[in-house]
Parts: sequence; structure tokens; C-alpha cells
Amino acid sequence: MNFALTDDQIMIRDAAESFLADVADSAAVRKAAADPRGYDEAAWRRIAGELGWCGIPVPEAHGGLGLGAVELMLVQEQIGRRLLPSPFFATVCLAATVLREVASDAAQAEFLPRIAAGALRASAPLPSDAGGWTAAASMLRATPESGHWRLQGVAERLPDAQDAELLLLFAETADGPGLFAVPAESQGLQVVTAEGWDGTRRFSRVLLDAVLPDAARIDEARRADGYARSFALAQLYVAAEQLGAAQQCLDLTVAYTATRKQFGRAIAGFQAVKHRCAEMMVRIEALRSAVYGAAAQAAGDAGVASLQLECAMAKALGSDALFACAQEAIQLHGGVGFTWEYDPQLYFKRAQASSHWLGSADALREGIAGRLLAPDNTPPAMAV
Amino acid sequence: MNLQSTAADEAFRNDIAAWMRAHLVGEYAAIRHRGGPGDEEADPALRKAWERELAKGGWTCVGWPREFGGRGLSIEQQVIFHEEYARAGGPGRMGHIGEGLIGPALIQYGSAAQKQEFLPGIVAGTTFWAQGYSEPGAGSDLANVQTRAERQADGSWKVTGQKIWTSLAHESEWIFVLARGEAGTKGNKGLVFLLLPLAQPGIEIRPIRQLGGGSEFNEVFFDGAVARAEHLVGAVGDGWKVAMGLLEAERGTSTLGQQMHFLHELELVIAAARATGQDRNPGIRQRIAQAWMGLRVQRYNALRMLSGESTTLRREALIGKYYWSNWHRDLGKLAMDILGPLGDVPSDDPAIRPLQQLFFFSRADTIYAGTNEIQLNLIAERGLGMPREARPAVG
Repeated sequence: MNFALTDDQIMIRDAAESFLADVADSAAVRKAAADPRGYDEAAWRRIAGELGWCGIPVPEAHGGLGLGAVELMLVQEQIGRRLLPSPFFATVCLAATVLREVASDAAQAEFLPRIAAGALRASAPLPSDAGGWTAAASMLRATPESGHWRLQGVAERLPDAQDAELLLLFAETADGPGLFAVPAESQGLQVVTAEGWDGTRRFSRVLLDAVLPDAARIDEARRADGYARSFALAQLYVAAEQLGAAQQCLDLTVAYTATRKQFGRAIAGFQAVKHRCAEMMVRIEALRSAVYGAAAQAAGDAGVASLQLECAMAKALGSDALFACAQEAIQLHGGVGFTWEYDPQLYFKRAQASSHWLGSADALREGIAGRLLAPDNTPPAMAV
Repeated sequence: MNLQSTAADEAFRNDIAAWMRAHLVGEYAAIRHRGGPGDEEADPALRKAWERELAKGGWTCVGWPREFGGRGLSIEQQVIFHEEYARAGGPGRMGHIGEGLIGPALIQYGSAAQKQEFLPGIVAGTTFWAQGYSEPGAGSDLANVQTRAERQADGSWKVTGQKIWTSLAHESEWIFVLARGEAGTKGNKGLVFLLLPLAQPGIEIRPIRQLGGGSEFNEVFFDGAVARAEHLVGAVGDGWKVAMGLLEAERGTSTLGQQMHFLHELELVIAAARATGQDRNPGIRQRIAQAWMGLRVQRYNALRMLSGESTTLRREALIGKYYWSNWHRDLGKLAMDILGPLGDVPSDDPAIRPLQQLFFFSRADTIYAGTNEIQLNLIAERGLGMPREARPAVG
């Protein structure tokens, strides 16, 4: 039993940290968010190219690095610190994860090598529902029509889909929800992108009345657990971003209070300020422990039931901790914390936006309680 | 990162579990899950006998080096021991101050004669110790020690003053005391670390009645009590160093055992929720889930700490005490909110009594061993590099 990061993991984390410090400072993030694309194309090319991050969770057989949840979590934490606008989350954390856990071997062989090579931008829904991907399927209907599929309806809440080439969509079929690989240039498909308060991640809705080949349905019956597994992993990757973002709220606040002088001294010296920063650190380190623990479980041999609990926990703590830290950052920055110019507002908006991705803290806790209080509850749920 | 344990570790785990199953039976069945903070008054005589039983099996002082009578277990094995001990409902350890505090201090700072005199009694579960640090005027400001130790012509020390919050003093044979050995010194200078037998004319022990009605803490009054010359640990002026080294030893591998006990408490809370129908109350369900998450966090936090994940900052170690104590206090409130009127009447019901003890005693958790306020200062100063609190000049 060992929680220490390996040298390779530390290297990945540190490389991500220094790269993002270069390409994603406040000015760069604001510029990227205002770009018509919604991200900085040059930074994405480096991530997809020389850095090879897109290959992290992709098996070597598909041209990836064959690494796992721990490495991806570490990169996500650094991305969250900077609020980097990028297709990375949608493509690698969502789409590649869903492909890995749900899709047939043929579909994996078709798409994963291109994702690993950084040659394909993809997206999949990020619903605000703790119950899994099926909520994302409810408004999209897939009907078989002699040798092809007709997809009709709406897919909501696709992050950074505005110029993705591949959309992975969940749709209702006669035999339950299915997963469909839909090229963004398909006839009868319209991507409508809204700019939210959180400019660092855009969401689209996809309107469909499209005919797709038979092979567009890519879910694999024997990977029935994959829906739950990929949903849990996506929660973990969101929680890792929230961890990084919360850490940045604290770092900004500690730095600011060390320079801001009132009554002839730095306000960092007042206990009213110190203790609140310390409480932020407590929440952040607790979240870090939860995120690292969930990642270690995901990388190990955790069954799907415990993985769901661990990742729901990480996401619930992430939502609460990030919001708490973002609002404290504003408060402890005082007047300037209320301005557009200073950065706490960016984190505050991400905190609110991400609070409900893949389930609000309340909904996730209710789900955990349901498991703990189920009549047949036995050790997996209670094991410590 | 790796959560799997080795086959050897698992075998070791099974050994302890089997030993506990075979020995925590018969008369000892009555003290399963008993004792420990908040329940120290539970049958001390039987729990002392249990200490000797543990010693016969070689299960005291498991982390001490073999040369001092310990079992020389690795960190991983110590964790496993504490986990399995607590999982089996092993009673709160009467010997923990000897085993966890003064023993390691003597191993590090004691003379050969002191080791020879005191360590075997701790290992055998026959000598019990109390800690004499806090004073009425030295709580958070622990260095503000007023108890005086005056060196006599024969080299012995005459101790005068008052210690407070000494747990189990009335059940102990010996006490270690931090006292001012050099007149006129202030703060952490000039202190001596002395060992005194409690049964002597110059010492009076008075119980303190706690808000929950129990009395596991005491005041200890010293009026010319005598410490022999050879019972000074370290040199004159080393008292602070020895005492601090010992506080460091306090936070370690037993954390995961503590969590196993917390899990037992959480299970009692969940059982109470089922029994009262509060398991259908949405607000209570939220708090039960939150409590479970907090316990998972503590476990992963302890694993980070033991793995040395962040070797320089040790942020996870800094938050540990603040996190668990506040979590535990919240659990006590949750328990009582679930019990409702059932909680309002002192009870001997094994489904209720421990939750009442939890509710009341956990109020101490955020005060002893560094109050919440002191913990937040430490976190801000050491973890975040924020300005230090003003401290009086030390003379």
C-alpha cells in the first residue's frame, strides 16, 4: 500500500505545471476564452502534439501511452489551476474514457489512435445529473431503418463541441440506451453553442435528424459496466480540475494578502485572514486526499460499485471545496475581488458552473447515502 | 500510487485478527470497543489485565526496536496492527502514554539506566504513565510552565506547582513532568523533563469532572514532590526539546487504528438512524453521506502522510488533527440529532451510551493537543507561509 507518486508521475505533473504556467497565464486564458474558437489553437497543438497528453489514457496498442487515471488526474489538476480553455477535457477525459469503457473493439481501434495522436477532437455529453449517462440519452431517439440508424432529437450539454470532429452521443433505442459515434459534419446535425458566464468551457446542444450507418452504434453489450465506470472516471477528472482551481484560489489569496497593507501592516498577518486561508487549505488537502484516493482506486482493481462511491465523493467534495475557496478568494481580496480585472471571478464562475456537472454535491451525497443505508449494505460500502 | 498490499502483509493481518479472536474473549469480551478517550473509566482494572495479556502475545510496543523489547514492526505492519486491533474491538489502550509517548522519548533521549529501569515495565504492561505538561496558565501557551523544580544538594529535584488535564493519573504509577529547572528563565528555556513516582507524599491527584459527567482527567498538585537525580531526562534546559520530540511521536501510525474506531462509531450512528426511522430524513441522509466521506478523506490523508507524498510541505500532516477532530465533533452532533429525545436521558443501552459519550467527549477533541485556533495558526504559518503570531520575547 503506497500513496507516493512514482517518478514518472511526478515528471508528468511538473511538466504540465510548467507548460501551463507558460501558455495559460491570466491574460492568455482571457484571450482564449474570447476567441471565436473558445480556446488557443497554438496551445492545443502543442498539447496534442509534442506533449502527447492525448495519449495518456489510451492503451499502447492504440498508439497511446498506456497510462491511467492517476496520470490523467494529475494533468487535470494542473489544467484546473489555470482554467485552461481546451478541447483536451472533452476529447480525452470524456470521449476517450467513454470509448475505452463502453465501445466495441472495432470502434476503439478506429478512434483511439487518432485521439492519442492528437488528430481528432471529440466531445460527449456532460450532464448535470448524478444518475449516469442515461439522462443524456433521454431526448435523443435512435431508430433502426433498413441498414442504418435514424437519430432524432437533441443531445444537451456537450462541452467544447463547437469544433469537435466526433460527437459521442447517448440515445434511446428499443433495447435501452446506446452509444453512437456521430461525425460532426453529418447531414441533419446542427451544433448550437452558447457562451456561458464561465467563458473557459463552452457548452453546445446538438440538434439531430440524421441518418447514420449501421456501424455508428458502437456500444458493446459485454461492457455493460462501462457506462457506470466511465461516468465515475469523468467525475474524477472534473474533481481533479476543481482541486487545481481551488488551489489556485488559495494561492492567489495568500499572495494578495501578503502585499495588501491596511492599518500599516500586511493583512495576511491578521488572524481573521490567516484562519480563513488555513480553512481553505484544510478543504483543499481533504479534497486532494479524496481525489488521489479515488484515482488510486481507479488505477487499481476497484469494482464498479466502490469506484462509483469514491468518484461521487471526490466530485461532491470538489464542488463544495471549489465554491468555498472561490468565494473566500473574492472576500479576502476585498474590493478588487469584485472586479473583472482580478482573477477570483474566473474561478467563482467555474465553481458555480462545475458545481452541477455530473451531479451536484447534494445529489451525489444522496446517492452515497442510498448506498450506505440500503437494506443489504455490506462491507464494500463501509470498508475503510 | 498503489493501494494493494503484499501477500506477506495480508498474512500478517490474518495473524493479528486470529490472535484477537482467540484472546479478546471470556472476561475480556466485556471490554470490546470500551475504553479510549471519552470512555477511559470503563473497567480500568480489567483493561490493565488486558495489557498484560497483550504483552504475553508480544503485541505491546509493536513499533519499538527489538533491542528495547519492541516487536520492530515496519510502518506498514504497525498500521495493519492498529487497524486489526481496532477492527476487532480492541479496548482503548491503558498503556498508550507509556508506549506512545514516554517510551519513545526515553529511547531517544533517555540514559541507558533510564531505559533499563522503565522500558521493560511498559513493554510488560505493568507500569502505567501519566503526562504532566499542561498547567492552568500553560494551555495553548505550553511553554509558559510555572511548575518549579529545585535541585537539592544530593542532586535530586524538589517539584512544586500544578499540572492539569493529566489523563489517567489516578490509574498510573509514574508521571513525566515539564518543569522550570532554572529559576528566572522564561518560555521554552530552562526547562527540565523529570520522571516522578505518583505515590509519594508531595503529590495530590484530584479528578476533574467533565461536562459529560465523567472524570478521566485530573489536576495533579506538587508540593515538594521528589524526583531522583537519575530521573532527569536529558540535560537541564533540554526539557522543551524532549517534550516536543515526544509530541511529534504522538502523530503516527495509530491514526489508521483511530479511524477504525471512528468507523465503528459511524456504524452505530447508521444503526441508530435505521432504528429511529431517521434514515428516511433527507437532511440526516446528507449528513450521514458527509460523515462517510469525511472518514474516507481521513484514511486517504493518513495514507498520503505515511507515504511521504509531499516530503517538504507535509500539508496532509498539518491538516490531520484539525480535520479529524472537527469531523468527530460533527459526528457526535449527528448522532444526537438522530437519537432526538432518546439522547436526552443518560443511558446504559449499548446502542445509545457510546453515542452520548461521543457527543460530549468530542467537545474536547478540538481543544486538546492544540486547539482549533492553534491548529489554524500552524496551518497558516507552516503550510502557507503566512506571518507568525506575535510571541513574547523568550528570555
